[in-house]
Amino acid sequence: MPEVLVVDDEPNILLSLEFLMQQAGYKVVTAPDAEQAAVLIAGHCPDLVLLDISLPGMSGFDLLEQLRQQPDTQKLPVIMLTAHGREVEKEKGLALGANDYITKPFSTRDLVSRVDALLNTPT
Amino acid sequence: MQTNWVVLIIAFSYLALLFVIAAWGDRRAEQGRSLVNSPTIYALSIAVYCTAWTFYGSVGRAATTGLSFLLIYLGPTLAMLCGWLVLRKMVRIARSQRITSIADFISARYGKSSGLGMLVALIAVVAIMPYIALQLKAITVSYGVLTEYPNLSPPDLSLSDFWNDKAFWVALVLAVFIILFGTRHLDASERHEGMVTAIAFESLVKLFAFIAVGVFTCFVLYPSPATLLSQAGALLPEMERHFGLDQIPGGPLGWFGTLVLAALAFITLPRQFQVLVVENVNEQHLRRACWLFPLYLLLINLFVIPIALAGLLGLPGTGEPDSFVLTLPLAAGLEALPLLVFIGGLSAATSMMIVETIALSTMVSNQLVMPLLLRWRRLHLEESHDLSGWLLGIRRIAIIAILILGYLYHALIGEAYSLVTIGLVSFAAAAQFAPALLLGLYWRGASRNGAAAGLVAGILVWAWTLLIPGFALSGWMQTDFIERGPMGLEWLKPYALFGLEGWDIYTHALFWSMLANLGLLIGVSLFSRQSHMEQTQAALFTNALKPEAEMAAIWQGHASRYELFRLVQRYLGKAATQRLLGPAPTGDQIDSAATPAMLAAAEQGLTGALGSATARILINSVVRGEALDMASILSILDTTSQTLEYNRRLEQKSDELARIGTELKGANDRLRELDRLKDEFLAMVSHELRTPLTSIRAFAEILNDSEDMAPEQRQHFLTIIVRESERLSRLIEEILDMARLESGRMTLSPQRCDLSQLGHQAVEAVTQLFEQRQVQLDVELPDTPCPVIADPDRLQQVLINLLDNASKFADPETPQVLLRLQQHKHKFSVSVEDNGPGIDEAEREKVFEKFHQIEHQQQGQQVAAQRPKGTGLGLPISRGIINQLGGRLWVAEPEVLGGACLRLSLPQALEEDQEVSS
Repeated sequence: MPEVLVVDDEPNILLSLEFLMQQAGYKVVTAPDAEQAAVLIAGHCPDLVLLDISLPGMSGFDLLEQLRQQPDTQKLPVIMLTAHGREVEKEKGLALGANDYITKPFSTRDLVSRVDALLNTPT
Repeated sequence: MQTNWVVLIIAFSYLALLFVIAAWGDRRAEQGRSLVNSPTIYALSIAVYCTAWTFYGSVGRAATTGLSFLLIYLGPTLAMLCGWLVLRKMVRIARSQRITSIADFISARYGKSSGLGMLVALIAVVAIMPYIALQLKAITVSYGVLTEYPNLSPPDLSLSDFWNDKAFWVALVLAVFIILFGTRHLDASERHEGMVTAIAFESLVKLFAFIAVGVFTCFVLYPSPATLLSQAGALLPEMERHFGLDQIPGGPLGWFGTLVLAALAFITLPRQFQVLVVENVNEQHLRRACWLFPLYLLLINLFVIPIALAGLLGLPGTGEPDSFVLTLPLAAGLEALPLLVFIGGLSAATSMMIVETIALSTMVSNQLVMPLLLRWRRLHLEESHDLSGWLLGIRRIAIIAILILGYLYHALIGEAYSLVTIGLVSFAAAAQFAPALLLGLYWRGASRNGAAAGLVAGILVWAWTLLIPGFALSGWMQTDFIERGPMGLEWLKPYALFGLEGWDIYTHALFWSMLANLGLLIGVSLFSRQSHMEQTQAALFTNALKPEAEMAAIWQGHASRYELFRLVQRYLGKAATQRLLGPAPTGDQIDSAATPAMLAAAEQGLTGALGSATARILINSVVRGEALDMASILSILDTTSQTLEYNRRLEQKSDELARIGTELKGANDRLRELDRLKDEFLAMVSHELRTPLTSIRAFAEILNDSEDMAPEQRQHFLTIIVRESERLSRLIEEILDMARLESGRMTLSPQRCDLSQLGHQAVEAVTQLFEQRQVQLDVELPDTPCPVIADPDRLQQVLINLLDNASKFADPETPQVLLRLQQHKHKFSVSVEDNGPGIDEAEREKVFEKFHQIEHQQQGQQVAAQRPKGTGLGLPISRGIINQLGGRLWVAEPEVLGGACLRLSLPQALEEDQEVSS
């Protein structure tokens, strides 16, 4: 069963994402900020990360950059989540190596199908 | 011997070639690729000094009076080598004053006096006539020799059948030629680049022709110069004595006289002034000319003595000494060389006539005719806008008239003198310009009256001692007066004035004329007063080479500080004057002398406003201490006051514009900053709105899609949706509040209310929330009323917001909050304190920024993260409301609980403020 790491500082959003991923048949791990996410990834590498950009302290971009610099997480699929709808941020995320980019508020079906697509699971 | 036709065709071809060269030079000048912008061309054009007189006459003079011919070239050599600083000064003045001729130059130096200009122009025409006659004579004689050799009978110069006289036709042809390329067009420039190009070419031609004859004489006719000399020594025994220095007419004095005469004439002859000064395009060209031109003179004189000796040895086949250059190759039976010599002589004569006639015609039109025509009111010329047609016509007529006069002189008295002597008569006349010209360059005191008196006296003496005897000797009048003096007055004998005998006639004439000229110039100048125009021009001329600062030094010690200050202030105003000269003089300073620096500054300031000439006049009026006459001051004021007023208004306007510009720039910067802030605000608002919206949508979709969900979970999710919706509503409300506060549209209804009572109401409102969160709330409110002027609803909103915040940030284990109301003199303060981690010193102002999050406090605090997050607008809104109520809200030092402490203070309402709105 593929494992998804969800990182978001907003507890309710974290809860909804956790539920959605579980419902879609994934194992879910959550982290409220980037530092904890980094620790979790270092301990056990998930199959995909749903990563919020605006996080307290270290930002989602910082974590993504860090992941892409390490050999074992270089190819780890990352979907960026953000409440900033600005085009520059999207470009920045994709430039840093994000596999996909989803703007809040999102369609739950769309989110799940994108995760599925990245994990090659037929929906 | 050549036939007439061959010679004529060659002569006309040569003139046509000259014309083509001149036209080419003009075209290049129009295209901006000037040919004359070369020091070599400039030096060659100066060689217009070498006329037919040099070409034929030097040999003649060497054959008759030995070495004296050299003096005529040593003079210019000295002038060029030693006087180039003087020339540079004249060139610079001519450039800045747009000088067109020597008459113009002298007139400009002496206050732009038109009378003096006329005088100089008249003298120049009279003085140069013999010289032009000389060139005509050279052309006709050389033509005669070439076509009729070996018949050497002197040409018939009688006037009776002038249509048969070749000189007449030569003059006419040349007149047409000079009109064609001297007055083709009249533009703003006083220069004739085409003419200068052609003259430089002619200088090369005559030098080449003369050297060709010299080489022929020394190396073909005789095997070597040494053979020629030894033969001459043997056959002409008197020769050795003949070429001794003591053989020069007049002895050592004659030496000196001729040298000075040639040096002066080199500068003052109208054609020399034209090429040296007027046609100079670059002052730096003088540097090369000052050695190249003397070198040219050396080359053209190199073979004079050998040719003269060979000519004397070849007598009688060589005829007149003045024709030796031509007859030597003719006698040898050559065909081509005599033609080359003729062309060389033609070029020497025509170059002189071209430049001289153009220079004279310019003087005649500008200094003589135009001023008279302009005064002749019936022509209404002063109303006409374009006088160039008139000018061209006058110049053309003048050219014809000058050449005809030259012809008449040639026909009437040409026979009396040899080539060289005619030239020296002209030299002596032209030299009369030298005192006014040269002294005027260095002595500021030289005045117009002095210059005029000197010129008149000098030219009268010249006429009496050289011109009139010349007429007499050519048979026009009785010659008694030369021998015995007019009416028997011995001391007035023209060649021995005041009993001065034994001098050669030129040195004699030069001495007396210069004595009269200089004496009157200095004497009259010392005793006459200069007009302000003269003073200005004198200063401009004498100081032409000095930098501005040094000019002021001349005025040192003559101007009082107070006068100078008053003068400048009258034109520039007080502020500008103080900027230029420092503070206004007071007390003892009033009588103290102005420093040179102050004078320079004052002049510069005035120049900027009024132009240099007027500024100089004004400074002069103060510096010299002599008042300008009222009329001239008034006329200056008339013309300048309007300009000044206009300038001042312009300056005001431009100041205003500059100020508005700065203001606009500031406004623009503020707008940009506001725009940036607005963008930032919008981005933050959108972020904040999206967050609850995300939860709401996510859970709504989950509930919608999941039918078989546990009821408790369904309930939990629904609760989240409700809470997030409330958060969203609150957020929108707060954003609207914030927008109202910022735009100043927040409407408060201030009234007298009891702060203590409002505190109680706020506590009541949050009690339930605090119980839910298990936060202990302590309240310290006085029992007595605490009257303030405030909007009770808004103030309560602030208090609830502070309490809510405190409950969120209190210690999660044993949360505690304290509300305290205190009175300080005429103020009340309300503190809300918690026992949480508190707020860092650096964060204390930032918490009032919109959407500011105190992030670190939430890290790792699971409990805090569970609570509804703040919107980030509560504190900014609270501060905005309190500020609008006339109070303050800030983060204070915690007093009891040690966590964060927010405190607001409001002024106490006065007793009579029952119902006052703020």
